[in-house]
Amino acid sequence: MNAQLQPTGSAYFIARETELPETHTLSVLVDNEPGVLARVIGLFSGRGYNIDSLTVSETEHERHRSRITIVTRGTPHVLEQIKHQLERIVPVHRVVDLSVVAHERGQERPLERELAMVKVAGAGDNRVEALRLADAFRAQVIDANTEHFIFEITGRVSKVEQFISIMKPLGLVEVCRTGVAAMNRGPEGM
Amino acid sequence: MGDGYQETGRREMTGAEMVVQALKDNGVEHLFGYPGGAVLPIYDEIFQQEDVRHILVRHEQGAGHAAEGYARSTGKAGVMLVTSGPGATNAVTALQDALMDSIPLVCLTGQVPTTLIGSDAFQECDTVGITRPCTKHNWLVKDVDKLAGILHEAFHVATTGRPGPVVVDIPKDIQFAKGTYTPPQTAPRTSYNPRVQGDMEAIKAAVALMVQAKKPIIYSGGGVVNSGTEACHLLRELVELTDFPITSTLMGLGAYPASGKNWMGMLGMHGTFEANMAMHDCDVMVCIGARFDDRITGRLDAFSPHSRKIHIDIDPSSINKNVRVDVPIIGDVGRVLEDMVRLWRAAAAPDRRALRPWWDQIGQWKARDSLAFMANDDVIMPQYAIQRLYELTRDRDTYITTEVGQHQMWAAQHFGFEKPNHWMTSGGLGTMGYGLPAALGVQIAHPESLVVDIAGDASVLMTMQEMSAAVQHNAPIKIFILNNQYMGMVRQWQQLLHGNRLSHSYTEALPDFVKLAEAYGGHGIRCDKPGNLDDAIREMIEVDKPVIFDCRVANLANCFPMIPSGKAHNEMLLPDEASDEAVANAIDAKGRELV
Repeated sequence: MNAQLQPTGSAYFIARETELPETHTLSVLVDNEPGVLARVIGLFSGRGYNIDSLTVSETEHERHRSRITIVTRGTPHVLEQIKHQLERIVPVHRVVDLSVVAHERGQERPLERELAMVKVAGAGDNRVEALRLADAFRAQVIDANTEHFIFEITGRVSKVEQFISIMKPLGLVEVCRTGVAAMNRGPEGM
Repeated sequence: MGDGYQETGRREMTGAEMVVQALKDNGVEHLFGYPGGAVLPIYDEIFQQEDVRHILVRHEQGAGHAAEGYARSTGKAGVMLVTSGPGATNAVTALQDALMDSIPLVCLTGQVPTTLIGSDAFQECDTVGITRPCTKHNWLVKDVDKLAGILHEAFHVATTGRPGPVVVDIPKDIQFAKGTYTPPQTAPRTSYNPRVQGDMEAIKAAVALMVQAKKPIIYSGGGVVNSGTEACHLLRELVELTDFPITSTLMGLGAYPASGKNWMGMLGMHGTFEANMAMHDCDVMVCIGARFDDRITGRLDAFSPHSRKIHIDIDPSSINKNVRVDVPIIGDVGRVLEDMVRLWRAAAAPDRRALRPWWDQIGQWKARDSLAFMANDDVIMPQYAIQRLYELTRDRDTYITTEVGQHQMWAAQHFGFEKPNHWMTSGGLGTMGYGLPAALGVQIAHPESLVVDIAGDASVLMTMQEMSAAVQHNAPIKIFILNNQYMGMVRQWQQLLHGNRLSHSYTEALPDFVKLAEAYGGHGIRCDKPGNLDDAIREMIEVDKPVIFDCRVANLANCFPMIPSGKAHNEMLLPDEASDEAVANAIDAKGRELV
């Protein structure tokens, strides 16, 4: 740890981070009980961690278990802390760093998908172009009238991002995204 | 249904009855609290029984610290009961204090009826929301049939793994409602399984490192005390077997006796020269139940640069949090030490002579006598007052609590702690006002023992009202105030960092502590001459009621040795070097911004 001292104007010895931040995707299996999401989110805000994306839903109804998928960014040291801090929360059953698992299996990253609804309004060439591009992105039309389309697009985050940015000049009105759902490839469970 | 109910312990009762029954079933003999509208049904039940004794405090923060002192001195959970709204918010400081120092504390709060939650009702607050970050876990009970299970789980969570505070928030209608009580069960929930047994491969690796060590050190902490008396015995055995020098954090004092031959004193910002130098120069560090707090490590990039580090902790998040370690061992200190001692005995014992040069070096550091102070015949030096207090109480079963500041550090440096669970102080949060109510809690748990709160004149005023509680409950606690009329530690930092501009650290209108003691129905003593000190302390011990001892000490004494800001363990400021000039220049411009 050859960190350098960084003036903070505050009360403690602060070492500057020398590790580079990485983006990781975590799966957190929790009891679906009141306040459990607040505990997870409060941990991130209270300890100064980042949340890039968060999705949650009950995945095992009979056992009242929810699966939370969190995309976070931090140095390897911070990411290790996040995992351990999450594991300290009483209703948390398991925390799996999907990115670490993928790396261990020689894969670049876990399977990650996001769904977005994209509303585009317009007329004439723009409208035709939007529909043509949606087709190229395999986005579905889930609502339309003569003035607008609502597209449903599913895919990796980068694909969703790209589609949204392409729609901007074509009359983009609003966007709703689910955040990332993720799991590791292969037959094993988390 | 009667028979089945009898066999399983399941019974029909109100929520308020369940609370009292659950306290009994979890072995609670005392609880500390303050009544109010939203807990009246529970107070009504407490009134109608005699198994659980309620100690009425004067402020909910006092209930929390009293329960902490009770817990720390007994190894059991401390219990507090407060009402909704302000009752709950006043408990927050004590909850965070217990969280940071890993104290098992069960806090029961009243809540407005479930039908009124969210309506901004009288004395309503979002108790579980407010206390979520300052508890290990908390619950809002919305179904009376779940109340008993939640209460048992609350005790389980508070006392197992890394201990900590929990809150159970009970709406008033749930206290009135009837439901089924279930007795405590083992293994209540599957998601909570603290790991207690250490990984044997890791323990083997640790012992292998320790056998090879030429300059080893054991750095132990509050986790050893929390693990229990057996863990403390094992620690002593390990030190005896290995002949390693040992130092401890503030929280860990007493786990290894101060009179033990391998004891080097406390480490850290106000630790001894020998402890800090040995930490810096060691080749193998065995950290047992401590967490590399910033008051311990000093400058991180210069922290013990040449050592291989072993870290035993029950909380995986403590490992590699501040300092990278080479051999992490996750588990209960007691269990791990048991394995470690066994493996050490089995291994070929290394030649103790190999440690001779290291002990010689430590002897040289020790010879610097870093806790020395200038004796004075006219005014009482605060260090001298602590030494006399120690000498005159060492033959008794004496419990010490403290407030926070210079007096706390002097107590840690100059009082000899021989046993665990006899030293109660606010380490992590640094809560001024902790000591007086904590002393009350300790005295309730140990009515025949001597309980002394070593206090500062500023801290003690923060919870002074608990004198009234001590008088009410015949708890003859001794409040030993090192009165220098300053917030001494604040002033010390102002001298070091802020050009000696003593902004608001001088308390101009202190009360007459002797009269104050008498006003509360206690006994007041004042002493300002070193020659009278012993007699005055004896008087304090003999009086069988709460005492406030106004010990007038040298006003401008400062706390040394000290690791100044931005410095490493081997850059301590020693008392005989701490001239005005050295103090003024101890912290360079860069360090000034760091403190």
